[in-house]
Amino acid sequence: MPFIPHTEEDIRAMLDSIGAESVEDLFDEIPADLRSPPLTGIPEGENEMGITRLMQERAAKDGMPSNFIGAGAYEHHIPAAVWQIATRGEFYSAYTPYQAEASQGTLQLIYEYQTMISRLTGMEVSNASLYDGASALAEAVLMAVRVNRRSKAKRVLLPGALHPDYRKVVKTLIGNQGIELVELPFDETTGQTPVDTLAPYADDDVTAMVISQPNFFGILEDVDALTGWAEERGIPVIAVVNPVSLALLKPPGEWGANGVDIVVGEGQPLGAPLSSGGPYFGFMTTLKKHIRQMPGRIVGRAEDADGKPGFVLTLQAREQHIRRSKATSNICTNQGLVVTAATIHMSLLGDEGLTRVAEACYANTHALVEKLAAKGIKPRFSGEYFHEVALDFGGDAATRVQTMADAGVLAGLELSRDYPQLDGCVLVCATETKTESDLEQYVTTWEQAA
Amino acid sequence: MSTTEANLIFERSRAGRSAVAQAPRDHAATRIPANLQRKSAPGLPAASELDVVRHYTRLSQKNFSIDTEFYPLGSCTMKYNPRACNSLAMLPGFLNRHPLAPASHSQGFLQTMFELQEMLKEVTGMKAVSLAPMAGAQGEYTGVAMIRAYHDARGDTERREIIVPDAAHGTNPATAIMCGYEVREIPTDETGDVDLEALQAAVGPHTAGIMLTNPSTVGVFERRIKQIAGIVHEAGGLLYYDGANLNAILGKVRPGDMGFDVIHMNLHKTFSTPHGGGGPGSGAVGVAERLLPFMPIPHVIEAEQGGYRFAEESDRPQSIGRLSAFAGNAGVLLRAYIYMRMLGREGMVRVSEFSTLNANYLARELAAAGFDLAYPKRRATHEFIVTMKKQAKERGLTAGDVAKRLLDHGYHAPTTYFPLLVPECLLVEPTETESKETLDGFVEAMACILAESENDMDTIKSAPHTLPNRRFNEVAAAKALDVVFQPAEDGDASAPRTGTHG
Repeated sequence: MPFIPHTEEDIRAMLDSIGAESVEDLFDEIPADLRSPPLTGIPEGENEMGITRLMQERAAKDGMPSNFIGAGAYEHHIPAAVWQIATRGEFYSAYTPYQAEASQGTLQLIYEYQTMISRLTGMEVSNASLYDGASALAEAVLMAVRVNRRSKAKRVLLPGALHPDYRKVVKTLIGNQGIELVELPFDETTGQTPVDTLAPYADDDVTAMVISQPNFFGILEDVDALTGWAEERGIPVIAVVNPVSLALLKPPGEWGANGVDIVVGEGQPLGAPLSSGGPYFGFMTTLKKHIRQMPGRIVGRAEDADGKPGFVLTLQAREQHIRRSKATSNICTNQGLVVTAATIHMSLLGDEGLTRVAEACYANTHALVEKLAAKGIKPRFSGEYFHEVALDFGGDAATRVQTMADAGVLAGLELSRDYPQLDGCVLVCATETKTESDLEQYVTTWEQAA
Repeated sequence: MSTTEANLIFERSRAGRSAVAQAPRDHAATRIPANLQRKSAPGLPAASELDVVRHYTRLSQKNFSIDTEFYPLGSCTMKYNPRACNSLAMLPGFLNRHPLAPASHSQGFLQTMFELQEMLKEVTGMKAVSLAPMAGAQGEYTGVAMIRAYHDARGDTERREIIVPDAAHGTNPATAIMCGYEVREIPTDETGDVDLEALQAAVGPHTAGIMLTNPSTVGVFERRIKQIAGIVHEAGGLLYYDGANLNAILGKVRPGDMGFDVIHMNLHKTFSTPHGGGGPGSGAVGVAERLLPFMPIPHVIEAEQGGYRFAEESDRPQSIGRLSAFAGNAGVLLRAYIYMRMLGREGMVRVSEFSTLNANYLARELAAAGFDLAYPKRRATHEFIVTMKKQAKERGLTAGDVAKRLLDHGYHAPTTYFPLLVPECLLVEPTETESKETLDGFVEAMACILAESENDMDTIKSAPHTLPNRRFNEVAAAKALDVVFQPAEDGDASAPRTGTHG
């Protein structure tokens, strides 16, 4: 029997010990009229060879197009060592490190992760991760409401230039908490969220404000001015950032005069494959003074009975398994395995490697824009951008994007679904994985799709 | 197991050393405006590839895991994670697929997800399944949010309360609060079932629903589930099924047939996707007919022109919305699909049969060895509770002590001190993938600890003795909080370059 080790002899001996005639007897407390019908809708079992053939066919079916879609999930090279080590059974098949003495590997790794991600974002403390970037933002909004006790309004400002699906996730996950989400318009020319846009709220009770850097359109925001506006009014700021960009961009801990309060983002660019959208991980860092309001697991250094250093889960009194209905969140898991990969990934790249990746992404996207500019395609916005840009394809973008896909190039994400005013615009990203000939292929395919 | 001191990766860091094989070529400086640029390097490790590989391989060796030890952690279903599920989910075609790739380049993936939804429907008896929730707790949130959306859509807004038995997982009450509900706890009777009188007294026009686990967290099947469903439905409430213990009943009885309106499954338990040191999980939800309009998006459906596509906002205007930026933990879902296809319909039933056989055998053998079962008159399901109440009182041998001493015997501890209503409890879940020899070895270790407690409590109280660390002072750790490494000397390559907060 697949994955079940029992011999006929074992089964008989075990039933004898229990005092049961058959395995079926063990289910005698389940009322007879509730018993399941035969599961005819599930196929018969496949052996490993059969399932391998099937999955290879499925995987091959989706082809290996040259991908220029970003929009929150980015194609990066992942060193071979990352997932070879992360999928060692000792990491892969361990549970949450509740028994600290038997989980020092995972615990120390998370402590190292917390250190790396705190340094990258310029913040003081980190948790062990959340589900993904979007849900981490929802948790950050809830946290900011807890942190800003002075505010009575429960009003949170969200930029319209924030990833639209992040806005939707925030709405889903905090929808029942009586929090008002106010959308800030972006400048139709620059693509930025100008500080002027905040003027109507200058004297309002605002509970927290979200800043995305880069924003959904890849555009760099004037983060110092935006943070400064909030600082003057004592409004906590939540930064949403791309971790790879932080090799080049000012960390949120340095925005404005004193830095932001909470930083979140999608951890996927740090070693998680695109993998159809997950599993990724959400990171969250903050200031020491807010740590008790932070959701999720946190690892701390500890001493054992012999005075030997090690690591434990700490501040567990915030969490659902202790606090139940009074917990900071219902969250239970972190994304342990993906964080394992990210920690190995960051260790292999180091400052130098991550900087080179970020520079290569910047260079490739800018090079593609230059090549397309020669064909008359222009960026939709005038603002400076990092590794992603909204291009105005003009006319029927949908048909052209599909024609390019059929020719093996995923040209980018059409923006009209979420931004009707950007009809004809496509969000394009060229990371470090793209070569000169990949960029040329993009241009050629674009021309042929005309 | 390595006994060397735990050196942090930062302490292996040397300025000027790097794993350059991993980085792209140098590029020209960017034109990012100076005021937006980073001024100093973040302070990630500077290490060679071998340094990094050796460091994390050594760390892995300090973990207990299913692949290395028996791990009878109750309520967590620590069964073997077949290797094929991992290697096939990591085929390049799956790994490289962008979540926003057009449907024309996603049919292999979408078909697989559609079939997974269908198989989960079949095995749970629900009307439809969503794969969007990224973990069990998010599945719970999804389920309760749908219950709320259902009542709200009917204008039935006076329903403010979710009923939760006192034996429930902590996530249940925490979820109800996140959905804007109040929690009403009801007691469990002495046989482990829900107290029906208390339930009858608790329900009313204020009842939005009840959250139940069946088999319950005390390891017994709730025999009067149909009466419970009747009482709650009669009062206008809905029934939520916490699928944490689905392993116990797979192919034997289905939540849909028990009368549940919405369920979540922990694919990382029942369908053997890896726990990964605490995630990623996947908390797929199943719904009954009346909750269909409120299902989260995206959701895989058959496309009008053939093939498959994602249902979006426009397909489901009453949806509770989106739970993740994309479509949930796809890589986890692929592993669950592969596992289910390998087991097939016969294998599904074997899961519950052999996990139940193992639990009942282990319970009986531990009882024979002198341990007290919390519910000796009930059938164990896939897990059961040992209570150390007597030994704790007699000689100070607590559940926590047994847990720590078991580590020295090479066994991961069962779940301790959960559920909260049984004093000094050990919740033991052996799972179906363990052999009789393994179970016998565990019983021997438990008996050994019991015997040891008669003459050498000191050794037990100071356990573990054979692991990289002894017991930790967790109170001191929470007081002198150190969650981020701060090197002693400044100017070192490993020093953090924090900003104004640093």
